[in-house]
Amino acid sequence: MGIVSVISLWFIPVLIAFILMYGTFKRVPTYESFVEGGKEGVKIAVSIIPFLVGMLVAISVFRASGALDFLMGYIRPGLEAFGIPADIVPLAIIRPISGTAALGMTSDIMATHGPDSFIGRLAATIQGSTDTTFYVLTVYFGAVGIKKMGDSLKVGLLADLVGIIAAIVVVTLVFGG
Amino acid sequence: MVNLIWVFMTVFGVVFAIFNGTMNEVNEAVFSGAKEAVTLCIGLISILVFWLGMMRIAEDAGMLKILAKLFRPLVKRLFPEIPNDHPAMGYILSNMMANMFGLGNAATPLGIKAMEEMRKLNGGSNEASRSMITFLAINTSSLTLIPTTVIAIRMNYNSANPTDIVGTTLVATICSTIGAILIDRFFYYRRSRKG
Repeated sequence: MGIVSVISLWFIPVLIAFILMYGTFKRVPTYESFVEGGKEGVKIAVSIIPFLVGMLVAISVFRASGALDFLMGYIRPGLEAFGIPADIVPLAIIRPISGTAALGMTSDIMATHGPDSFIGRLAATIQGSTDTTFYVLTVYFGAVGIKKMGDSLKVGLLADLVGIIAAIVVVTLVFGG
Repeated sequence: MVNLIWVFMTVFGVVFAIFNGTMNEVNEAVFSGAKEAVTLCIGLISILVFWLGMMRIAEDAGMLKILAKLFRPLVKRLFPEIPNDHPAMGYILSNMMANMFGLGNAATPLGIKAMEEMRKLNGGSNEASRSMITFLAINTSSLTLIPTTVIAIRMNYNSANPTDIVGTTLVATICSTIGAILIDRFFYYRRSRKG
């Protein structure tokens, strides 16, 4: 763990220094290249706005109306039958949809159950081991103008399911139920 | 599919609000959701500008090609459609590495560049190519080695050992990534069988 945290602390600054030195060595006009690449960044960030606004408004409406809680009420008993703890169900469902909401739920679970409880550790593992599928899809495809997503969403959501099941199994094995 | 989900979430939300008496909250959600999205994008500008600037230097210096060459055998299997030494390979690898070290902020611009290159390979079509779907599947399953945010939250709540979830997270994330690759393959073969 010590080595890993040192690497993550040093990685970015060292990488920046390395790129600049290597670029200079290869006679790249570093500053001009940087500015040219940076201009693209502005364009991309602005072009993603409509995609994210559309997606986040839909998600907020769905959540604020109480529809999400309502549907979860139906899904919950089914999942509990498989031994999935009830407290984790909302998090498992929200994780692929909204990153900020999931982070909020994880904090909430830790506040109520404690970070070192079984539920607390399970929430932490789920939070850390999957990503917000909707966000990744919206941003990546939005930025380059892909309109037909094919099987992407299905594949992403099924992978999330695998991740959540894996998290439950692993945490149960390591920290006990 | 996305169109349907999008309409479903919004319309079901509004209709549900009529019966649930949460119209007030829905009104608020429309504006707070829109605002959150714009705030997110504005926040992305700084990171996108800096990293895409840096990566332009790396690309001009030929670093991405070297990176692509080094890891070709492994990544070639995942992305058989991408030609050797293509810049897309370099961006995909840089994105994966940034993800592994928990540098989500650096990973996003690299991922977008990778997508752009893959779109060029696909003749500029607005349809997702096989490589794009694989790339997204790997990205949505997350490759994090150290879940920094989660560790920070655990510290906040006075965990006795905030990092003891690193191991379980790692195993879960490996499972979800392998799962993502297998599921992606399965859908690919189903697509190609259909023609």
